[in-house]
Amino acid sequence: MKAIEQLGRNTIDRIVGVGEAAQLLARTLFLLPSWRGVGLFIDQMFRVGVLSLLIIVVSGLFIGLVLGLQGYTILVDYGSEQALGTMVALTLVRELGPVVTALLFAGRAGSALTAEIGLMKATEQLASMEMIGVDPLRRVIAPRLWAGIVSMPMLALIFSSVGILGGKFVGVDWLGVYDGSFWGNMQNNVQFLNDIVNGVIKSVVFGVVCTWIAVYQGYACMPTSAGISTATTRTVVYSSLAVLGLDFVLTAVMFGGLS
Amino acid sequence: MRARTTELSVGLLVIFAAAALFFLAMKVSGLTQTVSGEGYLLKAHFQNVGGLTTRAKVTMSGVTIGRVTNIYLDPKRLDAVVEMQINKDVNEINSDAAASILTAGLLGEKYIGITLGAEDTFLKNGDEIELTQSSLVLEDLIGKFLFNKATEPTAVAPATDANSGGF
Amino acid sequence: MTEVARTDQAKPLIDVKDLVFYRGSRVIYDGVNLQIRRGQITGIMGPSGTGKTTLLRLIGGQLLPDSGDVLFDGRSVPHMSRRELFQARSRMGMLFQSGALFTDMSVYENVAFPLRAHTKLPENLIRELVALKLEAVGLRGAEQLKPSELSGGMNRRVALARAIALDPELIMYDEPFAGQDPIVMGVLARLIRTLRDALGLTTIIVSHDVDETLSIADYVYVIADGKVMGEGTPSELRAHPSAFVQQFLNGDAEGPVAFQYSQTPYYTPNGGGAT
Repeated sequence: MKAIEQLGRNTIDRIVGVGEAAQLLARTLFLLPSWRGVGLFIDQMFRVGVLSLLIIVVSGLFIGLVLGLQGYTILVDYGSEQALGTMVALTLVRELGPVVTALLFAGRAGSALTAEIGLMKATEQLASMEMIGVDPLRRVIAPRLWAGIVSMPMLALIFSSVGILGGKFVGVDWLGVYDGSFWGNMQNNVQFLNDIVNGVIKSVVFGVVCTWIAVYQGYACMPTSAGISTATTRTVVYSSLAVLGLDFVLTAVMFGGLS
Repeated sequence: MRARTTELSVGLLVIFAAAALFFLAMKVSGLTQTVSGEGYLLKAHFQNVGGLTTRAKVTMSGVTIGRVTNIYLDPKRLDAVVEMQINKDVNEINSDAAASILTAGLLGEKYIGITLGAEDTFLKNGDEIELTQSSLVLEDLIGKFLFNKATEPTAVAPATDANSGGF
Repeated sequence: MTEVARTDQAKPLIDVKDLVFYRGSRVIYDGVNLQIRRGQITGIMGPSGTGKTTLLRLIGGQLLPDSGDVLFDGRSVPHMSRRELFQARSRMGMLFQSGALFTDMSVYENVAFPLRAHTKLPENLIRELVALKLEAVGLRGAEQLKPSELSGGMNRRVALARAIALDPELIMYDEPFAGQDPIVMGVLARLIRTLRDALGLTTIIVSHDVDETLSIADYVYVIADGKVMGEGTPSELRAHPSAFVQQFLNGDAEGPVAFQYSQTPYYTPNGGGAT
């Protein structure tokens, strides 16, 4: 009986948490930015976007290289290695670009955001800011939220581009796929509106979700060191699950209806 | 100075992202090559479109002059109607030109090839290409080959038995 | 230190009436009445965990009472509009237990923060004011340091400079003496008194350090179990009849607050052993 009680209580706590998180998101997103806010936003764009650039570029490159290699070995059995360009490009632009970027983002930038905000909460910085009369949602949370939403699609585009170049390096320069058909087939089969723009839309959605989770977990954590560590772990886990789940839904909506 | 480098690097990030987008648009999706809404519509009826999809290219003498925009079943004639959009500067396709569904490469990608006719009148927006050649279906080809083999005179008669026996 | 008894000069700056506050199902305050008089140092003492910080947050409008009222200069804090609350907060300064300096800003930026939030003063004026406040706490010259480079005592003093940046009428100290070495405690106590004497700052000190608090406060409330257990000037308090107050002030191990957690005795003299 006790276990069921506990389960019920946990579920209700989780649902209450989602409600609080939604409230946080609504209150933060609709705050009008001030002039000073732009400086804070740029600052956060640096911490969240620029500092993630290295891991994104390196990961994109390696994934592109692997895609080129694996793709070649599979396609060559069917005599279709000219399709390598198409395969690498579509895989990256539609799926791996937005998804892997989001997962990496959650691990690096997301957990950093949670830890930072959680620490500010634990050391009463958020409370003292409020006592001085400055709304911490506006000063601390909003710039970080917007920075995440804006940098995610940019990082995903860079990831896909670097990956395609990596695939080209393996396929054309190393394994001898004809340069013309690599690009030509790709151009014939990758559509700007359907594939690239949809990929960007995906990464915007992921950006909102991952940053939102990261920021909320930090804001709502227990103000102790154990609380911060739990919150950081939760950010990575929840963000990853959310990204993968949403990816399926978005893919079904965007690409599933293709005739 | 610290604020300077921050803004500088954020600016660089935005530039990289824009460059990536540009690269993806131009080099990867061939945005410049796609017919961007400036063209005219032509139609053609086929018995069998066999694997032709929308967005397949329409070529003349091997050069891409347009795209397939729509494929649907004609409710009255019960054959396939293919609508294609042709570049507007390719406006001298004779009324007796022929459209065939051809296969590109081993992967079996279908596309439409247009061969010119001899008439002096040219097709305009909304016109139909009368002469069409449907897609070649592999099973039909094999069937045709067997039939030909079976009806070949004398000398290969014994081979026929072997053939029909084998199948 | 002046032994100011109940002065009826003017209405109290803070008036807490029948305050009731719950956290979840736990009763934090169950009908608490207290007044903070202008120009006086009022101490609020009690055992750890009774929610003394919560009281400061209620006064500052960060929390809303479940019933009862908190008046700041005659106006009800829970009913203030956002703008009124913003204004009211510029008249209050608060020193948090951990200092709560903003770690991503320098000392200068920290002290300038309230000035930038509430005023549109030009940068050179802000620089003068910051220097002034830091001088008052003895840390002029430390402007470019980051909080991580400061010792605990210096941290508190910078936080104090930030708390007085807007020349507030009220200043609240949350456990200012907790965990500090004697020198720092002495420095802080002296600063608190100096600020009150020089600026007439109404001061609230929340603490469980009996000696330091009694040595500088003009009036003290002892709160436990959500109620005021005793109040008065330090000398009145030392002679207070309540057994709880006596136990608290003298630091006795036994009294109304029991030492043993378990209710059943471990050993009874007439046979019978441990449970």
